Amino acid sequence: MGVDMNWIAIGDISDIPLRGARCVKTQQGKIAVFRTAENEVFAIEDHCPHKGGPLSQGIVHGTAVTCPLHNWVISLETGKALGADNGEVRTIPVRNDNGALSIALESLMMAAE
Amino acid sequence: MTQKLIIIGNGMAPGRMLEHLFEQAPGQYEVTIFNAEPRVNYDRIMLSPVLSGEKTYEQIVIHGDGWYIENGITLYKGHKIVAIDRARKTVTSDHGVTESYDKLVIATGSVPFIIPVPGKDLPGVITYRDIDDVQAMLLAAQSREKAIVIGGGLLGLEAAAGLNSRGMDVTVLHVMPTLMDRQLDPAAGYLLQRAFEDRGIKVITKANTRQIVGTSKVEGIELDDGTIIPASLVVMAVGIRPNAAIAKDAGLAVNRGIVVDSGMQTSDGDILALGECAEVDGMVYGLVAPLYDMARIAASHLAGDRTPVFVHSDTPTKLKVTGINLFSLGDFAEGDDREEIVLRDATAGVYKRLVLKDNRIIGTVLYGETADGAWFNDLKKKATDISEMRETLIFGQAYQGGSPLDPTAAVAALPDDAEICGCNGVCKGKITGTITSKGLTSLDEVRAHTKASASCGSCTGLVEQLMTITLGAAYNPKAVQPMCGCTELGHDDVRRLIKAKGLKTIPAVMQELEWKTSCGCAKCRPALNYYLVCDWPDEYADDYQSRFINERVHANIQKDGTYSVVPRMWGGVTNAGELRAIADVVDKFEIPLVKVTGGQRIDLLGIEKDDLPAVWADLGKAGFISGQAYAKGLRTVKTCVGSDWCRFGTQDSTGLGIRIEKFMWGSWTPAKLKLAVSGCPRNCAEATCKDIGVICVDSGFEIHFAGAAGLDIKGTDVLGLVKTEDEALQYIVALTQMYREQGRYLERIYKWAKRIGLDEIRRQIMGDADKRQAYYERFVFSQKFAQVDPWSERVSGKDKHEFRPMATVGYPEAAE
Repeated sequence: MGVDMNWIAIGDISDIPLRGARCVKTQQGKIAVFRTAENEVFAIEDHCPHKGGPLSQGIVHGTAVTCPLHNWVISLETGKALGADNGEVRTIPVRNDNGALSIALESLMMAAE
Repeated sequence: MTQKLIIIGNGMAPGRMLEHLFEQAPGQYEVTIFNAEPRVNYDRIMLSPVLSGEKTYEQIVIHGDGWYIENGITLYKGHKIVAIDRARKTVTSDHGVTESYDKLVIATGSVPFIIPVPGKDLPGVITYRDIDDVQAMLLAAQSREKAIVIGGGLLGLEAAAGLNSRGMDVTVLHVMPTLMDRQLDPAAGYLLQRAFEDRGIKVITKANTRQIVGTSKVEGIELDDGTIIPASLVVMAVGIRPNAAIAKDAGLAVNRGIVVDSGMQTSDGDILALGECAEVDGMVYGLVAPLYDMARIAASHLAGDRTPVFVHSDTPTKLKVTGINLFSLGDFAEGDDREEIVLRDATAGVYKRLVLKDNRIIGTVLYGETADGAWFNDLKKKATDISEMRETLIFGQAYQGGSPLDPTAAVAALPDDAEICGCNGVCKGKITGTITSKGLTSLDEVRAHTKASASCGSCTGLVEQLMTITLGAAYNPKAVQPMCGCTELGHDDVRRLIKAKGLKTIPAVMQELEWKTSCGCAKCRPALNYYLVCDWPDEYADDYQSRFINERVHANIQKDGTYSVVPRMWGGVTNAGELRAIADVVDKFEIPLVKVTGGQRIDLLGIEKDDLPAVWADLGKAGFISGQAYAKGLRTVKTCVGSDWCRFGTQDSTGLGIRIEKFMWGSWTPAKLKLAVSGCPRNCAEATCKDIGVICVDSGFEIHFAGAAGLDIKGTDVLGLVKTEDEALQYIVALTQMYREQGRYLERIYKWAKRIGLDEIRRQIMGDADKRQAYYERFVFSQKFAQVDPWSERVSGKDKHEFRPMATVGYPEAAE
């Protein structure tokens, strides 16, 4: 990820409920943007490594989300499955400027190859 | 430098080998696997529990796709290797993929032996080897017709028991005079046969198959004596043989199996073979313990350490049929130089036999009571002289040295190197040592860290005893199960403390009850939310983010991320106007599937999340409200047409059903709640397998409850008979409220009833008018806050953010 990263504005932190998530639709697929109880923001692919479940629809707890389809628990920080499961989703860089959120699209492009 | 390792086959042996290899020599190899089956590595020992319905395929997967990715393994699924070129060091698959190797491992397993009789290729003749065979059997079992299993060995009997439990009429044909003749002596074989016959499975021994009859598919089997047994399914489970064809074609030394030395190396220095396809010292193996041993040795040799070598040892045999305990080990043929000790207890169905030679155990058969298997195995392995304890030997370890009948004494007395888990070769010392060093306190943790009891599970009792011995009072398997990892408290304690301390928010519960996590987890939060909704209906503000997605968006999430929508159809009654409105919605939103549910209503499937509010708006205009088909709450009240139409109807069952549904809709319960009202004991509404059911009779209304027709099947129990519709409604509501207040989250009413006791429930609801009235009133009070249609709320704009993306990026035109 270079310095000339292409940041795309996606909205304000208040658009996302606390302990909740919203989707951002991109050409490379959906991205789930999470807001934890502690007001941290994370973005990961909206696609569980297990069976592709929409992680944005899961229950958010701590810095993890539980997939709504089969209860895999995914770390929002690393994108890795926690506990006994093995798997990983891509994390997306997200910037929070006093509540104005943007994600790094360039890494998306790279990742889409 | 990284070398290329290719593995042909993706079964349990190579899977285990890779686990060892990655631990011993991480990064030494770049691994490519060719798997003829189109899937990941799963636990073949557990096929029988899948067949009998005790496990699902997902539960027996050993390595999920993630494991392959994490370890950088290229897995070719559904690729069968058709050629090995040893000169070029390449392999080629049937899809034309060629890869080169530095080291090659052949783990092609075995193929089932097909007896060469006419009709063996007819559709309906299958083997029992992999998950595809299990799927085929499950499909066939749906017919509830007749099945024949050829082969009364381990696999055949497990298949027969599985098909029997799936409702098929099963006959086992076995060529020898007694079942499992290779593992059991005739006496134990006879007891086993009787146990199978008690389950309704027919057993024919000394049965030779002349031919399988049928024109376009299987119709039955003709035996040598001319007997014809009809069947629509024939399972051949007469044995396996090593699958060594590819090795033979490549010019490797092959006997019965691929010949390997004690380091798993074939006649080619760069090729190893292991598992059921390998032959070591003239022996081939089919049980998992020696195969896992081979895996350990092959991994070590690949990692460059050539010291460990394979040594033959007898593996105990166990049958994985729930309710039948048998254990067999070693050699138990009779002989002049042998003695035996036998114990029979016909009433208890126990048979034990020890075969001794020179005062040492060489064979053991245990039937009905197998707890001492590990001890006998240990005595045999160490060739212990048993002359000192000969008199009491057969009674087991607990009777040696006058020790008391402490159930854990036997396990405590085992030496550290005694094998506890046969499947994974885990000895006692490894288990107790790991418990201590890693501070393990639960069975699941012990399984994860040691693999003991993680395969077939038959040693779970022993492992739990070891935990008791090692942890003392700290381990109590019957102790209260905590709600989740966030607390030590069980559900009942949490419910009690919520009331006692007047806790009215989730953060308050977590603070006061000293939750270990900052904001709970996906297990405890929905539970706490329910408890608070139930206990403080007027004061508690529902915590939307603690609800599962379905209850958050009031629709049912499907596997592809779309939703299904089920409008309420009171008592299963509808009309032309409603159906027309549904049809219009289906057309307008191009809804891909319309399906009638088992609860007498209509399910619209495949709706995009963004469309939900618009779909609801249109349905709402026709008078529909949410059917709450997603709720841990009141679902449906199924009815029959009752006395208005039916010539047998005794009461207006439809009217009562609608009345109950209109009274109770919107209420949250610990788990889903499904009701039914049948107008007469013919029971067309199937009320006797519901959470709560009513059977109308001439003299009134018989109230039933605690039925189940899902994972478990259970007929209802009778709560009591009441005379009027008003009473029926009041009693049902009171029962529901009692369950709401006492049930643990996700605990269906039948499980709650089992825990509380039917008598206690009858006493409170039928026998105590004050209690009943109080329950009824609390329910009515809570309904004031619950009966709000969630769909119309959302049509009016509630939770708008939930139904649209936060942003759309990268679509230059469509982004406006």
